[in-house]
Amino acid sequence: MEKKKNKFLSNRGFVIFSILALLIVLAAVLAPVLCGSHSPTAGSLADAIKPPCAEHPFGTDKMGRDIFARVIYGARTSLSSTFVLVFVIFAVGTVLGVVSGYFGGWVDAVIMRIADMMIAFPGLVLAIAVAGMLGASTRNAVIAISLVSWPKYARLARSLVMKIRHTDFVAAATVTGSRTMYMLTRYMFPNTITTLVITAATDIGSMMMELAALSFLGFGAQPPTPEWGSMLNEGRNFMQSAPWMMIFPGLAIFITVVVFNMLGDNLRDILDPRSE
Amino acid sequence: MGKKQLASRLLQMLIVLLGISFLTFLLTYLSPGDPVRNMYTAAGIMPTEELIQATRDEMGFNDPFFVQYFRWLGNCLRGDFGKSYSLNKPVVTLLKARLWPTLKLTLMSMVLMLAVAVPLGVLSAVHHNKPIDYIVRAVTFFGVSLPNFWVGLLLILYFCVRLKLLPVVSSGGTFKDLLLPSVTLAVAMSAKYTRQVRTAVLEELSSDYVVGARARGVPERKILWGNVFPNSLLPLITMLGLSVGSLLGGTSVVEVIFSYPGLGNLAVNAITSADYFLVQGYVLWVSVIYMVVNLLVDLSYNYIDPRMRLRR
Repeated sequence: MEKKKNKFLSNRGFVIFSILALLIVLAAVLAPVLCGSHSPTAGSLADAIKPPCAEHPFGTDKMGRDIFARVIYGARTSLSSTFVLVFVIFAVGTVLGVVSGYFGGWVDAVIMRIADMMIAFPGLVLAIAVAGMLGASTRNAVIAISLVSWPKYARLARSLVMKIRHTDFVAAATVTGSRTMYMLTRYMFPNTITTLVITAATDIGSMMMELAALSFLGFGAQPPTPEWGSMLNEGRNFMQSAPWMMIFPGLAIFITVVVFNMLGDNLRDILDPRSE
Repeated sequence: MGKKQLASRLLQMLIVLLGISFLTFLLTYLSPGDPVRNMYTAAGIMPTEELIQATRDEMGFNDPFFVQYFRWLGNCLRGDFGKSYSLNKPVVTLLKARLWPTLKLTLMSMVLMLAVAVPLGVLSAVHHNKPIDYIVRAVTFFGVSLPNFWVGLLLILYFCVRLKLLPVVSSGGTFKDLLLPSVTLAVAMSAKYTRQVRTAVLEELSSDYVVGARARGVPERKILWGNVFPNSLLPLITMLGLSVGSLLGGTSVVEVIFSYPGLGNLAVNAITSADYFLVQGYVLWVSVIYMVVNLLVDLSYNYIDPRMRLRR
């Protein structure tokens, strides 16, 4: 444990980007403190479409709402939905992949054919169709992207399990009477976890962008909930008169994605012995 | 790929397609909207309950699920994807009209992307761990983190609103209309591909035959363009195939931003107006195109990679 701790702390990039990521999460958690008296959903029309000033650092939108408050509160929606999404595809993909690789046979065939089907769909097409058909909401956007994203994890977990499935120590464990559940949780699952955590960490950024894209199209978070993608969509119509309405939410997505991508890359460098 | 492999591949494609058609149909079947009601509202009629029931019977919406599914599938196989009620035209006609603009956009952005990614990737790999490499890596890193809808909006803001150089709304006809949407799509993609080209070239550069060629005094330029580069093309082609598919779907965001008359824009509108036949048709078409493109990519290995031919 002592040695492991050093491995993380001695990687400067990882420390820096962990702190930055933590700051973003903190900003979302402490949104009421940061925004003071400004509400993300209520504004007065007298303040509509004001350029950035001391009172409203990011300006206001067409309803007079403070964009800074909306961006900060938007982090709550964007971050929580992204984390839920990544966790769902990680959990579903890993379980299905481990089961598929361990049992083989028809279980494997069925799971993998379904995975093939999902992969054969160009990602966003099915996500748009699902989100559109189920009705537009943050939850449905998460479901939609989960549906098309889990196969990647399942395939990965399956191949990792298949690698050790026929090794001697697994045979020995089976012969000595280990029960199936024990085999799965004690041997198969731990063997896949590092690679899959790395994959999940590096996927946070792109998943966040996909969710924002769905919201941007109107299939995700619904107004007046502040969400970066849907804020960009609102800002689109005011591009000429109020460019700040689309600049700041976009910047928020960009910065958050950069930080989480960097964090994921650094985590991979630490955990994956094969990388440079 | 041998004949046998090709046959099994085609069979697999058929199974997957069947699954996709089932899933698409199930989705529309489960969705909360009522197509009959939507059809009447789209036509501006306030229907009575009896009229709705009568039409449901007539159109077969009251039949059991599997009866409906197989009837729909049969019609699709005969090329009849139903009629879009929001646009009042056959789905096939609509899709056909929008396919070419989207393909044009896809191809144009691919060409732009390759024009940036290949030189930068090779440059970065050749100057491995030198300043140029660091700069390229930093730029591509930021590139992959840029959401393409934001890039699109910023491009519009700068080129259309500030400089007034290009039209804000593109009708998809001229080169000018195509330029900004394809640049938008190319930005994130070039970043991704530059990294891929760099990795592939680096890998080839460290292989034994390069060391051998250098030892024999073969000029570096000849090694790079005569051996290393052609060899590193293979993974690139696989990725290009996958990208064509994700682009066909991914263009929708960009098409909406630029009001570009492509498939993606059509699909988004179809969903917002709950035009289920159109959505079903769109999903099926795009999946078929995607699968055919990937099959062609796999087949092309036979010509590109001599090892594939020898293996038979």
